[in-house]
Amino acid sequence: MRPLRPLRLLAVLGALAVLLLAAIVAGLVVGPSDVTPSDALAALRDPTASGPAADIVRRIRLPRVAAAALVGACLSLAGVCFQALLRNPLADPFVLGISGGAALAGVAVLSLGAGWGLGAGAVPVAAFAGALGATALLFGVAGWRGRLSATTLLLTGVVFNAFASAAIVFLASIGGMTEGTSIFLWLIGTLSAARGELLAALAGVLVAGLACALPLARALDLLALGEETAEQLGVAVERAKRSLLLATALVVGGAVSVSGLIGFVGLIVPHALRLLFGPDHRLLVPASVLGGAAFLVACDTAARVLLPGRELPVGAITALVGGPLFLVLLRRQGRRGGLP
Amino acid sequence: MSTLPRSSLRGVGARLGAHAVLTGVDLDVAPGEIVGLLGRNGAGKSTLLRIACGLLAPEAGTVQIDGQPVSGLDRRQRARAVALVPQETHFPFPFSVAEVVLMGRTPHLGWLGFESRRDLAAAQSAMEQLGIEDLAARSVLSLSGGERQLAVVARALAQGPRLLLLDEPTAFLDLRHRLQVLGRVRELAAAGASALVVSHDLAVAARSCDRLALLADGRILAAGPPAQVLTPALLREAFGIEADVLATRDGYPVVVPRALA
Repeated sequence: MRPLRPLRLLAVLGALAVLLLAAIVAGLVVGPSDVTPSDALAALRDPTASGPAADIVRRIRLPRVAAAALVGACLSLAGVCFQALLRNPLADPFVLGISGGAALAGVAVLSLGAGWGLGAGAVPVAAFAGALGATALLFGVAGWRGRLSATTLLLTGVVFNAFASAAIVFLASIGGMTEGTSIFLWLIGTLSAARGELLAALAGVLVAGLACALPLARALDLLALGEETAEQLGVAVERAKRSLLLATALVVGGAVSVSGLIGFVGLIVPHALRLLFGPDHRLLVPASVLGGAAFLVACDTAARVLLPGRELPVGAITALVGGPLFLVLLRRQGRRGGLP
Repeated sequence: MSTLPRSSLRGVGARLGAHAVLTGVDLDVAPGEIVGLLGRNGAGKSTLLRIACGLLAPEAGTVQIDGQPVSGLDRRQRARAVALVPQETHFPFPFSVAEVVLMGRTPHLGWLGFESRRDLAAAQSAMEQLGIEDLAARSVLSLSGGERQLAVVARALAQGPRLLLLDEPTAFLDLRHRLQVLGRVRELAAAGASALVVSHDLAVAARSCDRLALLADGRILAAGPPAQVLTPALLREAFGIEADVLATRDGYPVVVPRALA
């Protein structure tokens, strides 16, 4: 038996918190200019400290590490929820096109919003609406009830992503956004342009998403076995689905408006954690939040230092890891006969 | 013990789109009774089970459990009173057998959502009753279809229901496991629980059920002791087959299909 005991839950989450802390320290210390851990600590402890090291840590690296942690946590939380709701470990906000919907709506406001009297402040709201719209579209195609087959999931996601990317480029062109900067950042996903003022809002969004998903963690276990099973074991299925889909749209919209399209975080992190600790969502949901944060902080640090003197978009790193993993998972599902 | 039926369906009707699936179905299951539900594919058996446990609201008629309308029970109450074993369960993640069985305890969990010692004991005993305790740590994805079905039945047992609804629980099981599952249901019935079992295995149904109900075109064609229901005339009407009905040495009817009617 491997029942979930409070002690085991705390031990796993504690270990992941330590991992996240280590990733954050590395993210603050590692970079083109040298900062020692004690410099970093001093800069964090004393807000009045000055000097180049303190400036780099506080103004450049800290907001960026915070953005990576929050975006990673949001995407990973959305991934773990989608996988249970759609009963498919391949589900991920990026693969499903939910992130694409958020980005499309965000870019629409950026390029055309001025004409409608909307400022950049409307971007996160639009991204949330876009994520919600893409979710509605996905369930409209897949059918509200029943398991989403891998085929439907892939086709809907691929087609919608292609459409969203094309529409983003189109909108950006007519809106006069300059090639190679803003559009590129939205499409490939990067934290280098993370706007500090959005981070507090994103933290709020993450807390709201967690507040919704954590009490429904057991329901996610049962929903993974089918809606009828969940219903007969006492889950209010429709209500649970509605609030989970709203929460995922919220965190995806928030994450995308900060970072653009960073893919596969919601696929890689829950998958790795499920292999390590099993599929019980009472553990998997909070673990995915911590693990997603640590993963994206580490990826972003790698993106900053892998090429000397240049920076990679973090979305390229996650896609390089996530793409092959996705294919492995798809192949395994096909072998098990799970791919109709 | 109360004389109220454990499960009571009165005048139940259901439709799927324009198609009437059930019409005017009356069916009682007494406390401690096992009733077998027989009929062709598409006769409405699964729909009847879903209505009996409140998953589906009937178009017409009333559904009660121990004299209370099932629609008036809150979800947790209902989930503690009735357990349903569906025909097939698809597992997208590698849950262990113990985890699957423990899910049956969900309606008994406290507000923090952790299993208590009692929940663990109930799950352990459910697995032992079906002889799958050695599989406890195995992933359900590594099991055979039959073993997986046993895990799902164990989950229903761990739920501790007064009414057990089984939708072809033995379809994937070998003969030994069929007898084991139905033997266990018989023990539960002896302890006062009731069961409504959909089955295509007429021989096992005749032997393990107190009464059989024959469903045809959404109506109850006949209900009663196995020997009264499994007759050539009723089988012709319900299944569209010609069949010989023999008897075992101890007097249970055995249906041997001969030809299409």
